Amino acid sequence: MEKKIEIKICIGTLCYVMGGSELQLLAEHLPEKFKKRVDIIGSTCLDYCLDQEKYGKAPFVEINGEVMAEASINKVIDYLIKKY
Amino acid sequence: MIYSNNATLLRRELITKLAKLFIEGDIKDIDRIPLQIAPRNSVPIRGSIAKDRAILKYMLMALLGYNISDEEDELMTLAEYAKKSLENHNPGKNILTVVDEACSSCIKTNYIVTNLCRGCVARPCTLNCPRHAISFIGGRAKINTDLCVNCGKCMEVCPYHAIVYVPVPCEESCPVKAISKDENGIEHIDNDKCIHCGKCILACPFGAIMAKSQIIKILKRIKTPNEKVIALVAPSIIGQFKASLPSILEGIKRIGFDKVIEVADAAVTVAENETEEFLERMEKGDDFMTTSCCPAYTELVKKHVPQIQKNVSNTRSPMHFSAKYAKEHFPEYSTVFIGPCIAKQFEGIYDECVDNVMNFEELGSLFIAMNIDVSKIDAPEKISNESEIGRWFAASGGVSNAIAATITDPSMVKGLKINGINKKTANLLKIYSKKCPGNFIEVMACEGGCIAGPVTVCNPKVADKQLKKFFEDNKK
Ligand code: FES
Repeated sequence: MEKKIEIKICIGTLCYVMGGSELQLLAEHLPEKFKKRVDIIGSTCLDYCLDQEKYGKAPFVEINGEVMAEASINKVIDYLIKKY
Repeated sequence: MIYSNNATLLRRELITKLAKLFIEGDIKDIDRIPLQIAPRNSVPIRGSIAKDRAILKYMLMALLGYNISDEEDELMTLAEYAKKSLENHNPGKNILTVVDEACSSCIKTNYIVTNLCRGCVARPCTLNCPRHAISFIGGRAKINTDLCVNCGKCMEVCPYHAIVYVPVPCEESCPVKAISKDENGIEHIDNDKCIHCGKCILACPFGAIMAKSQIIKILKRIKTPNEKVIALVAPSIIGQFKASLPSILEGIKRIGFDKVIEVADAAVTVAENETEEFLERMEKGDDFMTTSCCPAYTELVKKHVPQIQKNVSNTRSPMHFSAKYAKEHFPEYSTVFIGPCIAKQFEGIYDECVDNVMNFEELGSLFIAMNIDVSKIDAPEKISNESEIGRWFAASGGVSNAIAATITDPSMVKGLKINGINKKTANLLKIYSKKCPGNFIEVMACEGGCIAGPVTVCNPKVADKQLKKFFEDNKK
């Protein structure tokens, strides 16, 4: 069986206000082939927002432990297609 | 559709920075914000760093409560504007202002000749143009933008479909043709027509239209030691953040408000009054009655569909009832309404009980500026269900449902809904004035209702889901 992919979406207020609310619709936009493989979970502040210089701008998402800054639905899907 | 775009996010970033400076007592440093956001060696977004900075300055001016056109002296610093704004500046009675520097990027005429033009012999475009605006240069048609009046005849007659219509987003979005170009090609808002719906703010891809903010005045109230301030929070707050309603209300308190009241409480009174009024009007033989809670709609009637003025409910809005309650019970407090809406800002200017109006975008930015994370606030999960029908006002259909739940005989109501004011539905209202197929019309200017207001933080689709879930959970 293919390995599961875990996507953590930050629902901290900073990420949420800076465009993160859009990511709540990620599940319905995932391509078919990822629908079963991906686990989407909401997480309280992941603390990336504390260091803009190091991690970049909100909203943040973690995909199998790897951080993505300025995350958007398209950006996440592109990443999945490339990597998995 | 993606609701938050770079233009919206930039505005939120500016509000956050502005609020932070104020809170830390460093508002005099406000002129540094444009330099921080557009530093010297960055890649310019609009051609040059100088232009980027100028636009940021004007956006901040609007956030300080100024019309961009108020600028008399280009050398006047933001720090001076801030000072004046905190002293006694009167922001005037219009809400929207155009950042002219950011505008002017759209085409002047809606019709463009593409390179499909073959420079044919027949040239029906030149023959049919009533203004003689088309000439041939280098074997191809060219429209003289000074002469063109956007009639579209050239597009209709071109045998190659070489002429296309290109929309101007703000003009396209305005339901009442209140925004148009001046002689310099810059958009101008006609305040005699504008209904403050805020659709142009959402539509402009350059973020060139701003609402004049009261945020700094509100922060001043909060920070003044012996001034007490009540927050009146609109029902549509539910679903705006990834947090429970009590947590959000607690978060608002932590900003420094001394009391927080749900406007939904007052909306219950509005539903009761409107129901009573409806029954009276039907008894009297009125054709129909419409709601009155949406201020963009009441403005639409006043300025563009006066023939149905008599049909608009005389019951004042939930914001008014809520503020009136606050003033009666806590006379020493100032009142700040917090909502998703630009038009409420306008309504607030004329409401004797409302001192200031703030929007959800500003609220979200304030949370960031003050490090308040509502998703982490543990507040008691139980909330009272007493105002439940008042909370329905947040979404399209909610007011109708509230009336149906209040009236003894719901079969009396033949309800119609206008879910979103646009050019088409504005016309529909004119038709209803002659012949109305129902007897109760609920009108909301934003498609989806208040949760889809122009200055919210959450994607409306997500907000709608969260609102529905709230009502589900609350039933249990
Ligand atoms: S709020 Fe998302 S990382 Fe802090």
